[in-house]
Amino acid sequence: MSANQWTIATARDALRKGEISAVDLTMSCLTAMDAGDALNAFVWKTPEIALDQARAADERLKGREEAPAMCGIPLGIKDLFCTKGVPSQAASNILRGFKPEYESTVTAQLFGAGAVMLGKLNMDEFAMGSSNETSCYGNAVNPWQRKGSNVQLTPGGSSGGSAAAVAADLCLAATGTDTGGSIRQPAAFTGIVGIKPTYGRVSRWGIVAFASSLDQAGPMTKTVRDAAIMLGAMVGHDPKDSTSADLPVPDFEAALTGDIRGKVIGIPREYRMDGMPEEIEALWQQGIAMLKDAGATVRDISLPHTKYALPAYYVIAPAEASSNLARYDGVRYGHRAALSAGDSITDMYEKTRAEGFGPEVQRRIMVGTYVLSAGFYDAYYNRARKVRALIKRDFETVFAAGVDAILTPATPSAAFGLGEMSDADPIQMYLNDIFTVTVNLAGLPGVAVPVGLDAQGLPLGLQLIGRPWEEAALLNCAHVLESRAGFVAKAEKWW
Amino acid sequence: MAIDIDTARKVAKLARIRVAEGDLPALAGKLSGILGFMEQLNEVDVTGVEPMTSVTPMRLKSRADVVTDGDIQGQVLKNAPDAREGFFAVPKVVE
Repeated sequence: MSANQWTIATARDALRKGEISAVDLTMSCLTAMDAGDALNAFVWKTPEIALDQARAADERLKGREEAPAMCGIPLGIKDLFCTKGVPSQAASNILRGFKPEYESTVTAQLFGAGAVMLGKLNMDEFAMGSSNETSCYGNAVNPWQRKGSNVQLTPGGSSGGSAAAVAADLCLAATGTDTGGSIRQPAAFTGIVGIKPTYGRVSRWGIVAFASSLDQAGPMTKTVRDAAIMLGAMVGHDPKDSTSADLPVPDFEAALTGDIRGKVIGIPREYRMDGMPEEIEALWQQGIAMLKDAGATVRDISLPHTKYALPAYYVIAPAEASSNLARYDGVRYGHRAALSAGDSITDMYEKTRAEGFGPEVQRRIMVGTYVLSAGFYDAYYNRARKVRALIKRDFETVFAAGVDAILTPATPSAAFGLGEMSDADPIQMYLNDIFTVTVNLAGLPGVAVPVGLDAQGLPLGLQLIGRPWEEAALLNCAHVLESRAGFVAKAEKWW
Repeated sequence: MAIDIDTARKVAKLARIRVAEGDLPALAGKLSGILGFMEQLNEVDVTGVEPMTSVTPMRLKSRADVVTDGDIQGQVLKNAPDAREGFFAVPKVVE
């Protein structure tokens, strides 16, 4: 096994013992990254930065068992994170040429702990999409293919580049962000682990904003243990994000005891959708059996407003996006359209935004503009916020009744083909988020865990939803599911 | 609610996104589809429910009202498409 295929936990132990240098580990990933161009996962490569950081990590590591866990660990960083002096475009043409003068809090913390940045990762434009097909860099490609087929599949989205890079061992782990499922759906499509923490657990400062009341960053990793290790380096209070929680940070890895005896796992009946593939239902039943076998109590629960989560989300997220994306006006950064003589400042705004934003982003900005406009604000936006309150109340009710975590499918299908949805109604694409979006609306932590393969040999995942701020217990539950499922399959290398 | 071409034109204007006249019918169709999907929200009884303002019940922190940075004009202007003499430059806004 070459070093780029290692987990964070393996690499950490080897680095601390001096069995490998951070430079050698980084070289191994840089080689894999360069050989992985067909996946279009890395859109900006930063080998000089990586080697500088790796050399610094080696200085810090020298025989020190107490070096931070992330010291010397090579990562990919989603293009949504501002990284100082390195292009940070949110996969949009409107931010072409933008090189931040500052570092996001998450990347600053990771680099402060000694992590190494290999480059920036592909994603849907402004994180709006579920297939990575709205990116200005072109599609990221899933390393997985259907048995006996070379049809290119989506790695999911919006963190599609992150998922593809981790699944293909181009890096040890990657950062992702999740507004409606953008960490968990791509993780499920590529057979990796992804956790969206409780809203407020991770600072949003320096992450290009999509929908500020829903956005959270999290790790995308090969194992649950790695998710626990990397999450520990990403969380914490940040005075620069007013919604960042000032709470003690638990030792997530230490919580992975494997003991979930007596825990109550809720199975929400509303997540059994009409037309859901039988394989997804079967996978869910397997997951239930695994947790039961580990000593958990399984209980049927009801989350009655589930059906309304997607329509509420597709009011609230575009409303916030239309407001957040108003800043792209061609004045302070990014693209400005070429103007004709006599063009006014309004012409400049309109031309710049028409050229800079892709069709899906334009559509969402306009939906948001409409639902916030005079006369419709109450009918759409306020009503959606009331429904959101009810969705959150559904979860509070079951948690108050003693449920510790909730088990659901992560996605309604396995990865689909790139281009397969291009003629479909936008709503068809939105349905990808059906199991994940409730978690963002309620601000809860949710984790996708790979559990099995479908008949075509593609990975399928389950989602566990936890109580607010209880990522540690949630990850322990995910760890049990992961161990029982014993998912070890890897994509067969074709790239 | 169906979005007609005039409404689509108005929304594009409010959003400051130029849409060619010929593209308005298709845009109106897509927006109608999306808004139609949202109509489901009307089925929910929201009587007496407060619209959510914050997903986690927490008091926003305040900090001392002091200057924490400054003297970074160069950095602020670094990414501007057009910066002149220490300012952002834009087309004429006042006749």
